[in-house]
Amino acid sequence: MSIKEIENEIIEEFEIFGEDWEGKYEHLIDLGKSLPLIKEESKTEDKLIQGCQSRVWLNSEKKDDKIFFSADSDAIITKGMVALMIRVLSGQPAKEIIDSKLEFINKIGLKEHLSPTRANGLVSMINRMKMDAIKLI
Amino acid sequence: MLVKEVKYSPLNVELIRKDFPILQRLVNNYPLIYFDNGATTQKPLQVIEAITHYYTHTNSNIHRGVHTLSRESTEAFELARKTIAAHFNIKNDQQLIFTSGTTDSINIIANGLSRSILKDGDEIILSAYEHHSNILAWQLWAEQHNGKLKVIPLKEDHSLDYDALKNLVTAKTKVIAITHVSNTLGLVTDLEKVKKVAEKHNCILVVDGAQSAPHMKVDLEKLNVDFFVCSAHKIYGPTGTGILYMNKKWLNDLPITKPGGGTIKTVSFEKTEYAEGALRFEAGTPNIEAVIGFAAAINYINRFGMEAIHKHELDLVNYAQYKLSGIPEVIVYGQNPDKAAVISFNVKNAHPFDVGTLLDKYGIAVRTGHHCTQPLMSILCVPGTVRISFALYNTKQEIDFFIEKLKKVITMLM
Ligand SMILES: Cc1ncc(COP(=O)(O)O)c(C=O)c1O
Repeated sequence: MSIKEIENEIIEEFEIFGEDWEGKYEHLIDLGKSLPLIKEESKTEDKLIQGCQSRVWLNSEKKDDKIFFSADSDAIITKGMVALMIRVLSGQPAKEIIDSKLEFINKIGLKEHLSPTRANGLVSMINRMKMDAIKLI
Repeated sequence: MLVKEVKYSPLNVELIRKDFPILQRLVNNYPLIYFDNGATTQKPLQVIEAITHYYTHTNSNIHRGVHTLSRESTEAFELARKTIAAHFNIKNDQQLIFTSGTTDSINIIANGLSRSILKDGDEIILSAYEHHSNILAWQLWAEQHNGKLKVIPLKEDHSLDYDALKNLVTAKTKVIAITHVSNTLGLVTDLEKVKKVAEKHNCILVVDGAQSAPHMKVDLEKLNVDFFVCSAHKIYGPTGTGILYMNKKWLNDLPITKPGGGTIKTVSFEKTEYAEGALRFEAGTPNIEAVIGFAAAINYINRFGMEAIHKHELDLVNYAQYKLSGIPEVIVYGQNPDKAAVISFNVKNAHPFDVGTLLDKYGIAVRTGHHCTQPLMSILCVPGTVRISFALYNTKQEIDFFIEKLKKVITMLM
């Protein structure tokens, strides 16, 4: 599936919650819990993206012209957000990753997590995903 | 148990809340519950109106003009100095210098002392629960002058180990710089104990009052320390101003490190003669509207009196700690009962960021993270905490709602 198709799938998935933000967050937390972790030994300093509060580790690899990501975070809501990004971007061609706008975050009502307070490190993570994609092609 | 007896709180909080327009706001469709007063308090109409009045009627630069507006704004500015000096019982208002806040004040002191008293290889004593603002200026000096920072450790209940302090002092110790109330734990430093050590060993005592001035009566004449600093914005006043109190013995002895317009008597390219008193430290055009707003804030809290505010807040702290102690997943830090209006806690197996994010969805503003006290976080072995901090407008009903939602958040996260 293309990035756009996965984004639409996620938007649909979140539509059922409507105004029920508690349900939405419970879902996000579940996504965080189900995120395949990156291996403990891969959690090295160079993989770390330091938010002011929660931290994210991102590992990027290239296989057959596609970029694959795995990641982890010490905060579960951040991890849920990370899981969504990975679902959308991992396994995609580098060019698609670099050009992606990730508009689904706004559409599912979670754009506050990309605020410039830098608290969770997510903005930096998206930048890092794109940078890694550029480096790996 | 963490309970201290408080008889009753005579504040009419319902009326007080009407003075704070922001408290009418909805956040995420819930009425705002503002428990982040340690970071900054909300402002009453009296402060907002004082600033508006200043700009609509009096605005003009101070101290140098002969025209009516300049005279009036100078008078308002100097009246503010008198009002704030009286509040802290500072006998000579020239001992009260307006700065941009606590951080600025500490930098002015540290830089001044580094040009006079502090010599290469000297030592400075701080506490384990200092805010970064009261670490960095001293550390910068130490790095450049082969100096040493020594740290008063914490006891089991997270209060300071005053006996250890006695053993830290040497002939090279010149300064003890210490916070009056820990912004993270809410614990109150026993300044009398610290003062005894400082006096015995002739150390300069610098007190960071950023978190004590908002919550208790601070009588600087009685306290008689060398320096005391705090920020207006944590005492219902505007951001961007604060005070530096210096004991009268320092008034002409602390070297100025920030010269500029306003600090002088006469200037020539050969030699400048500096002003006397507070003005020598107030370089450039000060934050006039904020100083005037600060005085309005001081007048506002003095309607109720610091004792009443202190009692009310202590009542809230005890109530909240009692309620928190009923939630098995919650760990409260700082078990010593001598606390001001701040509580730090964590939920077992949950990141403070997650707890804070979900509480915000219910309109509850708490602070999460290291609270600019990373060394303390290392000692507590946590990445951060959730901090709730109270002000005169907070209520037990708000605490009840917070506790109810905290329980819900815990079930969501587990
Ligand atoms: C104990 C303490 N010291 C210093 C500061 C710094 O104050 P400001 O940012 O107003 O300079 C704070 C504020 O968070 C504080 O709580």
